[in-house]
Amino acid sequence: MIGIGIAKGLVQTARNLLGTYTDKDRLPTIEYPEERQALTEATRQFPFLVHDGDDPAKGLRCVACQICEKECPPKCIYIVKSRDKRVDYKGQMQFYPATFDIDYSVCMSCQICVEVCPFESIKMDTEFEFSTADRFRGLLFDKHRLAKSDAHYHRIHPTDAAESDAVMAAERAKAEAKAKADAEAKAKAAAAKLAPTPAASPEAQMEAPKPGSDTPTMPM
Amino acid sequence: MASLDQIFVALKDWLVAFVPVALQPLAGALLSIVAIMAVFPGIFALTTVVERKLLARFQNRPGPNRVGIPLTKIRLAGFGQFAADGIKSLTKEDIVPRNADRIVHFVAPFVLVAPAFLSLSVVPVGRNMAALDFRETGLLFFFAVGAATELSVFMAGWSSRNKYSLLGAMRGIAQMLSYELPLILSSLVVVMMAGTLSLATIAERQSGVQWGVVHSWHVFTPWGFAGFLIFLTAACAESNRTPFDLPEAESELVAGYFTEYSGFKFALFFLGEYLGMFAISGVAITLFLGGWNAPFTFLDWVPSWMWFFGKLVGFILFFIWLRATLPRLRVDQLMDLAWKFMLPMSLVNLVVAGVWHLAASWPHLLRWPLCVAILALPYWLLSRGFQTRFKTRTYRFAEESRPAPATAAAGP
Amino acid sequence: MNPIFAILAGVTVGAAVAAMALRNLVHSVLCLTVSLVGLALLYLRLGAEFAGFVQILVYVGAVAILIMFAVLLTRGGEAPPGRIANAPWSGLAVAAAVFAMIAWAIARSPALRGMAKDPAQPPLSVKAIGDKLTGDLVLPLQVVALLLTAALVGGVVIAMSEKETE
Repeated sequence: MIGIGIAKGLVQTARNLLGTYTDKDRLPTIEYPEERQALTEATRQFPFLVHDGDDPAKGLRCVACQICEKECPPKCIYIVKSRDKRVDYKGQMQFYPATFDIDYSVCMSCQICVEVCPFESIKMDTEFEFSTADRFRGLLFDKHRLAKSDAHYHRIHPTDAAESDAVMAAERAKAEAKAKADAEAKAKAAAAKLAPTPAASPEAQMEAPKPGSDTPTMPM
Repeated sequence: MASLDQIFVALKDWLVAFVPVALQPLAGALLSIVAIMAVFPGIFALTTVVERKLLARFQNRPGPNRVGIPLTKIRLAGFGQFAADGIKSLTKEDIVPRNADRIVHFVAPFVLVAPAFLSLSVVPVGRNMAALDFRETGLLFFFAVGAATELSVFMAGWSSRNKYSLLGAMRGIAQMLSYELPLILSSLVVVMMAGTLSLATIAERQSGVQWGVVHSWHVFTPWGFAGFLIFLTAACAESNRTPFDLPEAESELVAGYFTEYSGFKFALFFLGEYLGMFAISGVAITLFLGGWNAPFTFLDWVPSWMWFFGKLVGFILFFIWLRATLPRLRVDQLMDLAWKFMLPMSLVNLVVAGVWHLAASWPHLLRWPLCVAILALPYWLLSRGFQTRFKTRTYRFAEESRPAPATAAAGP
Repeated sequence: MNPIFAILAGVTVGAAVAAMALRNLVHSVLCLTVSLVGLALLYLRLGAEFAGFVQILVYVGAVAILIMFAVLLTRGGEAPPGRIANAPWSGLAVAAAVFAMIAWAIARSPALRGMAKDPAQPPLSVKAIGDKLTGDLVLPLQVVALLLTAALVGGVVIAMSEKETE
């Protein structure tokens, strides 16, 4: 009979209406600025640069190899390599970025830069509230704003950070072993020939990515 | 309590007494106009917020709850929204299409709003509280003034020079004309029984007592109940509310006949629609739900205008509830419902009212089942006809485009 | 002359003239509607509430919309340029004839004499109209009803035959 379906529908919607006042499942909205959803560990928003220690200027892991700049699909990364070198975490002499800019307004959060980086230096942050009145300067992040400590990385992505640490420790051990071997070889050669060989650091630098690419840094 | 009941009447008399005697009728009329122009748009403003909040709740959302007092943190649970909406619609650019018929386009919203206010003025909102009381033709006035709505819809749709507007207008007029018939026929039942067209008198007639404590509202009779349901459905269609919002079906016709309206004129259309809904709800209350009468005699101490506005709020909430529940009808379903179901039912209802009147001296136990049976049988038959008609839904264009294997095999 | 009557009469006649003179058919219909509303207001001025409201309900609510539908469903609203009527004199003759007939009927009406006798006559009640319609005038009422039913059946027949040829 006409009307029964209408009555059933009315009862259904009324239950829905009243349910929103009592049942949390019927009103799942999170009212954002006041309430926030807890971020999952897999949250990724925009890249940042990891630095060791307290001083971002000194501890930046980036060696300005410019791989990320070349790989970035929307070309939002801009790097200027430094003229001088400084000691990196493995004790080797490396370049560092004189300028490292990421335009967040262009970045599409694909995290290809993270995947290609051989130095565990660029990672994805969970920060997403970048609204600004200045569309150009406000979203162009230089290296001072991009640099965040390793401790921050550990806090937002503990699993990944532990993996990064493991990779870096392996690298360091390998570099130390190689340096030791080189030193021994050098000592041997010196003892044998008294003729010094050039430092093995360029080779070490070339070899460094290999173990990193064998063990992927990012769990996909 | 009697003083509270008549407080507005007394207030008006007191204010009118200040002006010279020659101007007193004019002053009284002006006061009534001011009251109507203040109260009903106020209810409209609140309704827009309440409707949005409730619809949101029906759909598991919190709805607008942010706008409060500006420059403070007070949010008023979102009830500042209507002020923001009003300011927005007042300051928006008024766009008139280049090809539009400018004069007709300009006049159309006023042709909608003015009759809406006029039809509100005959509704008795309390004891002795009808701004215009036509002792002879009150209900007729309401329907006559409501006829201008169709004209406004046509003017808006035609003058916009837009296919959606014109389609919406055509749908709107067809719908309003079709549903005006059951609307008038179902209210005719009350006129038959009350013997008057005056809305104030009809409301007063329902203050009698039956079954000990219950006021004799018309809805507590078989013909009144059936008439009320028919009137309610037709009222829903007349005021273009879902499920009868075909003239402004936003998923099909952008916004129907007021697609090409913006800013303040759009707000006027909006206002006109809601005022029309209030007016028709007010008439439904007066005709069937006892007007300003309390449901029970022991609740008579509550002022009459409170009862009226309480019932009006109930109607508004019910319309919102319906809107949240029912999907929109198709045009052919709409016409079928009007002509093949509601019109026969309202005619049957006229017969029932006649039988009820003739059987006035019969005992209740005989009169009630007879009238209910006269109503229930056609209802059952008609709805069975509808069900067989709408049982299987065929998707004509989808089915035709698909090659049918059966016909291919049976080919020449 | 009463100023309100003058305004109403002016609006009614002006709108009727505009309905004749305007080239756009829809505008003509809208002006005709204004004219009909003016007429209804004149009825109300005379205290004929029922006639006035029925005038609005029937003519504005139904007849004007019907004409509108007819205009829109038949052809474009714009009239062709140039003279519309070839023989305005025949139209004027018909108008004059209609006017003469109505004027004659009004002049002969007993109501006019009754009003002249008793200007303070109470307005006709709806109940009296109803009694009249279902009493003395029941035969004309039934004839009109039959006519309307025939028109309705005719409309249905036209609509049905269209469906069959489809």
